[in-house]
Amino acid sequence: RPTIDRELLESLPNLKVIGNSGVGVDHLDLKMISNFGVKVTNTPHAVVDSTADIGMALMLASARRLVEGCQIAVSPDTKHFAVDWLGVEVTRATLGIIGMGSIGYKVAQRARAFNMRILYHNRNRRRKEEEEAVGAHYCEKWEDLLQQSDFVMLVVNLTPETHKLIGKKELGLMKPTATLINISRGAVIDQDALVEALQNKVIRAAALDVTYPEPLPRAHPLLKLNNVIITPHIGTATVQAIHMMAEEAIANMLAVLNGQRAPSEV
Amino acid sequence: RGIRVGYTPDVLTDATAELSVALLLAACRRLPEAVEQVKTGGWTTWKPLWMCGYGLSDSTVGIIGLGRIGQAVARRLKPFGVKKFLYTGSRPKPESAAEFEAEFVPLTRLAEESDFVVVTCALTPATQGMCNKDFFSRMKKTSVFVNTSRGAVVNQEDLYDALAHGQIAAAGLDVTTPEPLPTDHPLLSLKNCGEWWVILPHIGSATYATRSTMAVLAANNLLAGLQGQPMPHELLL
Repeated sequence: RPTIDRELLESLPNLKVIGNSGVGVDHLDLKMISNFGVKVTNTPHAVVDSTADIGMALMLASARRLVEGCQIAVSPDTKHFAVDWLGVEVTRATLGIIGMGSIGYKVAQRARAFNMRILYHNRNRRRKEEEEAVGAHYCEKWEDLLQQSDFVMLVVNLTPETHKLIGKKELGLMKPTATLINISRGAVIDQDALVEALQNKVIRAAALDVTYPEPLPRAHPLLKLNNVIITPHIGTATVQAIHMMAEEAIANMLAVLNGQRAPSEV
Repeated sequence: RGIRVGYTPDVLTDATAELSVALLLAACRRLPEAVEQVKTGGWTTWKPLWMCGYGLSDSTVGIIGLGRIGQAVARRLKPFGVKKFLYTGSRPKPESAAEFEAEFVPLTRLAEESDFVVVTCALTPATQGMCNKDFFSRMKKTSVFVNTSRGAVVNQEDLYDALAHGQIAAAGLDVTTPEPLPTDHPLLSLKNCGEWWVILPHIGSATYATRSTMAVLAANNLLAGLQGQPMPHELLL
């Protein structure tokens, strides 16, 4: 996709709006764009279901060792399936959701159906009815969430406040049997600290749909660990989501061009 | 020969249902393929339709065999935004189906209308080879087929043909005939064609918690049998 830089904006004097596909806008210099009098819109609604789905897919794949299992099932070296080859159960485990916005809440709805105990931390506490609907307990101190969770899922957006939110200290607070799942942005995690934590078995495993940078260089230490699953930012890669993102982006852009308030102006 | 048989029903319902959902998601979101792309350098700059899969929102899910495991699968899939549940089996089960407003339909209609088919029935003479050429030919080109019951419920040659010719989009199998599949089996050759499948080594109940419970139950069955006592779970022959 084109990089939205000063040079591009100077060459497009009649540009009124940039319609971003997807919800994250951390890749855009919003201040600079605003100085050119250009509006920015995103697609927060279109991404919710598919991203919540991938969060669940990663949590389940990690817990039940799906990627490893597939390799074993098709390997020429496999003569029989070992009965003591085991994973951990998601059902009735504790899920800690950091970031309970639209996507985080949809994750909670899905996790509840697995009888998971749900803890969450958010800038603002959700309404009581919303908490009760998914059986979620608010952790004002997110240290409590980190210490009690079997699975920690990051569903925040990337801001200066959430940059390297999860570092050595936070990983140290997690259970040694815990799994960290990231469907937000790579930079929310201190990746070097994560590599160290995984190498030293400070936590059990990680499953990441997002990294820093993207793509992750093939020689990166994260790719050498056997307790990490990394997918190439496919959170919104479904037929449905792509269709909805296009529709949402167009609706937003048309609103701006027609002088109306865009539903999702950033 | 008068040998009694004990077994371990019920205690593996959650683990198996959970694995079925894990397998469905891995197949419809192309997880093993995606992971491979990251490792081999197929992941380059962002492209809009790359590695595109299917979502569950507004979908129709067809469950073959709405027993304990089938119900547990439906329960887990419901909040993913499934619009409709269909099920089939030897007879309707209105008490079990009510929770999901699931509709009892013939096998053929389940194949035709489902976006996701999940097989969770027992292997019996009636279900052997049930998922065959006719079944797959009725399924949607965009559909995903998941089997966590027994390999023999599926005609594997017909499944291979269906995948190879794009009659269905993807398959997730925790069970095959035999286990493991021989390395020269046609299904495994599809890997190079970019077809999506996920095959797992029969790990439906493979968690520490569940296998421990199964082991204890199996031991108790055995001890009761040896002592001529009623078993916790006897398979009556």
